[in-house]
Amino acid sequence: MQALVATDIRKAFGPLEVLRGISLKADKGDVIAIIGGSGSGKSTFLRCLNLLERPDAGSLWLNGLALDFGDGDRARTIAPATKAQLRRRLGMVFQSFNLWTHMTALDNVIAGPIHVLGQDRKAAREAGMELLGKVGLADKAAAHPAQLSGGQQQRVAIARALAMRPEALLFDEPTSALDPELVGEVLQVIKALAAEGRTMILVTHEMAFARDVATHVMYFLDGRVEEEGAPDRIFTDPRSERCRSFLRKFL
Amino acid sequence: MGGLDHLGFILDTVLHLSVGIPRTLVLAAVSLSIGFVLAVGVAVAVLAPARVPRKLAEGYVYVFRSSPLLVQIFLIYYGSGQFRGALEFLGLWHFFREAWFCAILALALNTGAYTAVLIAGGLRSVPWGQIEAAQAVGMSRYRVFASIAFPQALRHALPAYSNEVVLMIKATALASTITLLEITGLAKQLSAETYRPFEVFAAAGIIYIALNGMVAGGFGLIERALHRR
Repeated sequence: MQALVATDIRKAFGPLEVLRGISLKADKGDVIAIIGGSGSGKSTFLRCLNLLERPDAGSLWLNGLALDFGDGDRARTIAPATKAQLRRRLGMVFQSFNLWTHMTALDNVIAGPIHVLGQDRKAAREAGMELLGKVGLADKAAAHPAQLSGGQQQRVAIARALAMRPEALLFDEPTSALDPELVGEVLQVIKALAAEGRTMILVTHEMAFARDVATHVMYFLDGRVEEEGAPDRIFTDPRSERCRSFLRKFL
Repeated sequence: MGGLDHLGFILDTVLHLSVGIPRTLVLAAVSLSIGFVLAVGVAVAVLAPARVPRKLAEGYVYVFRSSPLLVQIFLIYYGSGQFRGALEFLGLWHFFREAWFCAILALALNTGAYTAVLIAGGLRSVPWGQIEAAQAVGMSRYRVFASIAFPQALRHALPAYSNEVVLMIKATALASTITLLEITGLAKQLSAETYRPFEVFAAAGIIYIALNGMVAGGFGLIERALHRR
């Protein structure tokens, strides 16, 4: 059953074409890993999926919610309500965590449910505590982001995304800003989410992890999908020479 | 006259002038409150992408920061008399003929301009990633502002704002020039009656110093409470 479909997404910054027509289909429970060199458009594509970047052309479909960005017609606006609806149904985890520094860990987790979903505070707190427990941080509920390690902050950020009960989760290089010894704790949480059957799109440089948890791998090159397929095949027998030489750097 | 006599008279005068403390505090508190609300709107306009509100806000800030507060007070209090007919027509004359109203209006417009700059600076300091994270959970523009950007802007602006509050408490002394008998107004009156300006104005200065000491202490407590977290 299809959960998230992006069709022919295009995006240019001025004269620079960053995305030259990228399509993605995620069925429910799919874990799609997007790999590629820097500047290949991975993060921009992910940010187009929840409209943090406005695609110039293409379309999006999320469980019945359809958005058409036209064909290079930038004047076409997306209604704020539609944008908000798409965003609250997609969870986003950023490379640099982006926790709200003036709030406690728990308040970070429950702000969305209270202000966007309209949950009452008590129910949101209970659900929030449960989520913090799930990412192993129940004892840090009252801590502010500045008091947490990078790995802990990223786990709070994952709990914050989960609190919205998203239909799919987007991860933008979730471990790239972490000290090496903190990467494992975050990957473990993501792996547990994959095992729950959650639909996830993951931009990552962790090749071993991608091979381990992904159901589908996409290799981006210069704003195009150079190669995609099952992880075992991509990682053992890539057809594209560029993909092969890219992967060789990680071995 | 011995030193003890000076001191005794100063202490008596402090008590006498303390009648003006509530008036000074009301002038400061009301104009700071109005100015703050005004400043939030102006700060948002200063940062707005739309050109017209941005230019209007920038113009307001420029004019009120670049001209003396005393001139602003005189302009509003004395100048409004020339437009009495129009103000009566609009039903505003009974406001403008009141020195209290004119003083508060001038003080509020003045502090509004300075505070807008502080709040705009605070808003600019909020990391863009935190704004995107708020957008990414589907918060509306108002909600992003109210729950994420504004609280952080306030924390950032707080030390400078405590300075603005101190400046405003001192600036209320200018209201004495348009007949208001707050601390400085009472002091001028008493000085003329007693011919002892040294003790009288020393007493007035002591009261302002004490008030501002309390303001600084209060803001210090708030800052420490926020910093501890």
